[in-house]
Amino acid sequence: MEGFNFLLAGVGGQGTVLASDVLAEVGMEAGYDVKKSDVLGLAVRGGSVVSHIRWGETVHSPVITEGQVDYLVGFEMLEGLRWLKQLKPQGTVVVNRQRIPPVSVISGEAIYPSDQEIIDALSMTTKHYYLIPGLMLAQKLGNAKVVNLILLGSLSVLLKISAGIWEGAINRTVPTNLVDLNLKAFHAGRSAMKEIRNS
Amino acid sequence: MKALLFGNEAIARGAYEGGVQVATGYPGTPSSEILENISAYKEIYSEWSTNEKVAMDVAIGAAYAGRRAIVTMKSVGMNVAADSIFYVVYTGLEAGLVIVTADDPGMFSSQNEQDNRHYAKMAKMPLLEPADSQEAKDLVILGLEVSEKFDTPVLLRTTMRISHSKSAVKLGERIEVGSEAKPFVRNPHKYVCTALWARARHPVVEQRMKQLAEYAETFPYNRLELRDRSLGIVSSGAVYQYAREVFPEASFLKLTMTYPLPRQLVRRFAEEVARVIVIEELDPFLEEEISLMGIRTPGKAIFPPVGELLPHTIEERAIEAGLLPNARAIATHHVTPLNLPERSPVLCPGCPHRSVFYVLKKLNVVVTGDIGCYNLGALPPFSATHTMGCMGASIGVAHGLDKAGIPDEFVAVIGDSTFFHAGIPPLLNIVHNKGKSTVILLDNRTTAMTGHQDHPGTNTTLMGEETEEVGLEPLVRAMGVKEVRVVDPWNLDEVERGIRNCLDHDGPAVLIVSGPCVFVGAERGPAYEVDSDMCNGCGLCFRLGCPAIVQSEEMDLKRKRPKAEIDKVLCFGCDLCAQLCPCDAIRANDDTS
Repeated sequence: MEGFNFLLAGVGGQGTVLASDVLAEVGMEAGYDVKKSDVLGLAVRGGSVVSHIRWGETVHSPVITEGQVDYLVGFEMLEGLRWLKQLKPQGTVVVNRQRIPPVSVISGEAIYPSDQEIIDALSMTTKHYYLIPGLMLAQKLGNAKVVNLILLGSLSVLLKISAGIWEGAINRTVPTNLVDLNLKAFHAGRSAMKEIRNS
Repeated sequence: MKALLFGNEAIARGAYEGGVQVATGYPGTPSSEILENISAYKEIYSEWSTNEKVAMDVAIGAAYAGRRAIVTMKSVGMNVAADSIFYVVYTGLEAGLVIVTADDPGMFSSQNEQDNRHYAKMAKMPLLEPADSQEAKDLVILGLEVSEKFDTPVLLRTTMRISHSKSAVKLGERIEVGSEAKPFVRNPHKYVCTALWARARHPVVEQRMKQLAEYAETFPYNRLELRDRSLGIVSSGAVYQYAREVFPEASFLKLTMTYPLPRQLVRRFAEEVARVIVIEELDPFLEEEISLMGIRTPGKAIFPPVGELLPHTIEERAIEAGLLPNARAIATHHVTPLNLPERSPVLCPGCPHRSVFYVLKKLNVVVTGDIGCYNLGALPPFSATHTMGCMGASIGVAHGLDKAGIPDEFVAVIGDSTFFHAGIPPLLNIVHNKGKSTVILLDNRTTAMTGHQDHPGTNTTLMGEETEEVGLEPLVRAMGVKEVRVVDPWNLDEVERGIRNCLDHDGPAVLIVSGPCVFVGAERGPAYEVDSDMCNGCGLCFRLGCPAIVQSEEMDLKRKRPKAEIDKVLCFGCDLCAQLCPCDAIRANDDTS
């Protein structure tokens, strides 16, 4: 049984942990041994948040060894870039095309990389990278907070697991009153990825 | 039925299935979710106690009363609880008692990297270390049984990676034990630790440790895994999992009950393999115990005693030590090194702490800080906090500065939950010893940093019942402080005047900055916006360190500095930036929703 290592990286408040919970549930439903580990730091918002999710025949470590990430999902561009070095050679990157400037950038002490620098860094690392307009799609659905499920939808296109299993995991994981919205977001993310792959 | 559970959820589940009836604790990362999850089981009485020592005493009282109990805390919380832990080891109890410490190797949210396994040895009690969520659950139940069988508290030690990682757990049913309260067992020779009687308990403790050492030999979760005999690895906890992946062929002694050490098992393992090494995080706890047996076991000579011991580090150090062939080193591909800006956590938009730190920086006073979100006041753009050690230290340290006679003006800054936890005795100390410190109480109506738990100053218990709200102002006045002021955190002038008045007062002064955290009831106002025609790029608003205020792409041509812009989604409408703006360029936009 082939295993997969996923790294989800975002900013506190972006729903990274919920997305990682869904991804872990999907793996278990698909018959994998699953472990996941969250690094949250302080419970206050605005810091980096990272989740490791591992699917395999038998998974010992909940933490992915450096350089062994199959799929890196960046919930905003800077956090996506921060973990590029963890990617396997020619691993896959899915990045939300959004910028959340940290305070060091706001105060003028540091500079957020330009679009060109970001694309250069991605393309030098791997052929398999996808930029998803997550925030724009979320705003179309009327809720900026569903970026997380949009990104999962985009990721799901790259994995050979039926949409039904994903939908079931979303049903079990997100709060009942938000299931419909999150399913819509998931499918919006799927369509966006299919479009990118076909173009 | 199987479920994916965090280690902390699994411990809560273990408390439920194990028939725990009383659960206590004080919030602290990475332990807080244990008690939060327990509170969902209505069969268990659960509470946030005012601090870890109180939590410990409450759990001990329940166990004395014949009810199974669990108490939870983070690594440094155990220092606070220690006084009570040491006496309960002597007394033993009438029902199972499990003490959970969630350690923080890597210091993700702690002030030090202490290894609480030493407490098991120092206090003389058994130590259990789960390596995944299933074990975390099982060890709570087994720990309660061991506690009752040997008449001792049991220490269950997790680390952040166990507490905050998910893995599959088989769920079971709850065992009901002692569901009816029995009359209190009056046994003062056992339960009154006066020297006269406690002296007779010490040999009991020593005898118990011998019995526990024998029991450890057959402890079901201590496991010999014999594969390639050329290398034998002794490990426990999360590190066992990492080491299994780095050394898939090696033989392992997987220890779960790590104190007292199962010496015969260790000796048998050492005889089976050509070479024994210990792989453990932080201190050489197992290594020292095994070395005492005369078995040569390099551990810390190879693996660092600092930080998390992650798979990558284990592999790197093993290659350096010749334990793994160099060819195994994974060819890491190097990405063009872009200089990426750091992302530190920040005070949220609308945070009631922001104005205080803005003013403290402006007044250029020495600030003794404490544990809480407001510790971010030590970071840019404020850089306004100058000491921070542990819960409650701010007030005592300030009094020390006072009595040392520093020429600087100074204040202590402490949050409401931290004040209830450890700030009351040092404030009484200032009053009694004629101190003149200013203490700023940041009353945001919650224990914010650990995830917004209630405390004695709020009106709700962990179990959701309405309760008495202890007012800070009457409390502080009752403690003998004459100069007490309450100010609105969203009024910069009022905060500055309040701090100034306290500093000028000849005697102890307390300023209560009272306004709720944005997560517990602060009301979001209309988002603000910057009139770019009026903004002159002075940058004053950036000094508030608000994530909602960003640099605009538009420059002020005269100053050659970027103008300000406000992110409408993030803005909480707190008004501080508008109060600060000298150009009157920032206004509430009532049209935005």
